[in-house]
Amino acid sequence: MADEAADLSAPDAQLLARLIPPTPTVWDRYNPLTKATLAAATTIAALGLGGYLTQGLLFAALVLPGAIAGRVVWRVVRTAALVTLPLAVAVGLVSVFTRPGLTILFRVGPFDATLEGLDFAARVVVHLFVMAAALILFGATTSPRAFVVDLERRGVSPRLAFAIGAVLDTVPAIVERAREVLEAQRARGLDTEGGLLRRATSILPLAGPVVVGALHHVEARSLALEARGFGRPGPRHLLWAPADTATERAIRWLLLVAVVALVVAAATGAISHAP
Amino acid sequence: MLELRSVSYRYAGYRRLALDRVDLTVADGEIVGLVGPNEGGKSTLCLVAAGLAPGSIGGVLTGAVLLDGESLAGRPTHELAGQVGIVFADPASQRSGIAGTVFEEVAIGPINLGLPVDDTVARVRGALAALGIEDLALCAPDRLSGGQSQLVALASILAMRPRHLVLDEPTAELDPEGRRLVEDALASLARTGTALLIAEHDRQLLASLGARLVAIDGGRIVPAEGAAA
Ligand SMILES: Nc1ncnc2c1ncn2[C@@H]1O[C@H](COP(=O)(O)OP(=O)(O)OP(=O)(O)O)[C@@H](O)[C@H]1O
Ligand SMILES: [Mg+2]
Repeated sequence: MADEAADLSAPDAQLLARLIPPTPTVWDRYNPLTKATLAAATTIAALGLGGYLTQGLLFAALVLPGAIAGRVVWRVVRTAALVTLPLAVAVGLVSVFTRPGLTILFRVGPFDATLEGLDFAARVVVHLFVMAAALILFGATTSPRAFVVDLERRGVSPRLAFAIGAVLDTVPAIVERAREVLEAQRARGLDTEGGLLRRATSILPLAGPVVVGALHHVEARSLALEARGFGRPGPRHLLWAPADTATERAIRWLLLVAVVALVVAAATGAISHAP
Repeated sequence: MLELRSVSYRYAGYRRLALDRVDLTVADGEIVGLVGPNEGGKSTLCLVAAGLAPGSIGGVLTGAVLLDGESLAGRPTHELAGQVGIVFADPASQRSGIAGTVFEEVAIGPINLGLPVDDTVARVRGALAALGIEDLALCAPDRLSGGQSQLVALASILAMRPRHLVLDEPTAELDPEGRRLVEDALASLARTGTALLIAEHDRQLLASLGARLVAIDGGRIVPAEGAAA
């Protein structure tokens, strides 16, 4: 970018600087790929590593500092909890009553709730929570557009970058649309409050049209974009790029090596019993 | 110069001809106003003239569409960008969705053309100024009024400086002020030698641009009644 920026007049350079999405906190300012790598590494580690202590450490070491620096602790914890909750209930119900175990906590009809079942459910929930929190931290402190621009700078094809951007852009739209439809249903007196299962099944028939509608929109957009030369081969000179530093590059490599080491260790059974 | 020579076209999966042996020439600097009843084939003709049909949306075309004497047949749409531009009536579907600001939205075309950054910046500034929307440069493209969005869509095409411009009801969503801006921009484009094909219900606009009227009905060119000078 520096070589191209050198040719620009001062007013042009100032204008381009103002195009960069705001980065209100220290954490926002890190390069999108660095945050994405951290989120991916945390997710893989949380998936692969065992017990409560490890999960707690992962959260404390790899999610919490970023959330504090990015001033999004509450948002990350709350959203991760919201995402995990439905799964927690489902996994909880199934495993508490169906895992065989020696320590019976209580009985409901023919079912025994076991401590082992509870423990299993809790583990699953904690894993999911840490993974969700890592991804939400990334999302909450990274502009999708900065991420897409950064990917393209690094040689990801504009088409793929566009697709990623379109998906990231569409997620809030889908959530919003689903909320609107639910509200409309509620207004018409349909039961959307009821039990979790009933709620889930009432959303299901909506998912189709919502997703298809979003895809249609993407299709019309790509036609108009194609008419503007999108997909044309050859170099493209973008207007700005998110900042990146040698330190961040080193951190990304470090994370990558750590993840590979972890996967190898897990595959060879070296760490199957982390506390 | 934009030329259609005995062009017939049917949409993919349809047997009916949407265009039936259409002959049309738009000379450099000329403004041709395409009029006709609903479903007459105006939008289809626009898609064909810009190479999107059959290039991007498929269908079957016979005859020839020529830009400056060169046939469009078999050329990918993205290659035509910069030579022929198209503006639609609906601003929402013309928005890329990947730009955070109007400036970046308008810059997408020049960037796709592979221009260096300083050229892109100059073209975007020029296109915004031509439509009097410099003050929107840092606005989010998805938070504009319909009229503003349409001006941004037009600016996005102008920034590519195509020698041929096809517009399908470009002022349908605009208020009188926006309409005047578009009208002025189109008139000065024609003065620079751009060939303009405008499908439009608003005869007022075509008349004040001094457009040559061509009517299409049932996919065929028919005599334009009440043709303006
Ligand atoms: N995507 C499509 N697929 C199949 N047929 C189509 C498609 N778009 C238009 N048609 C058909 O082609 C014919 C011409 O339609 P077109 O949209 O070109 O007319 P128009 O003059 O632009 O009408 P309007 O004034 O309503 O915009 C119509 O019979 C229409 O049904
Ligand atoms: Mg039409």
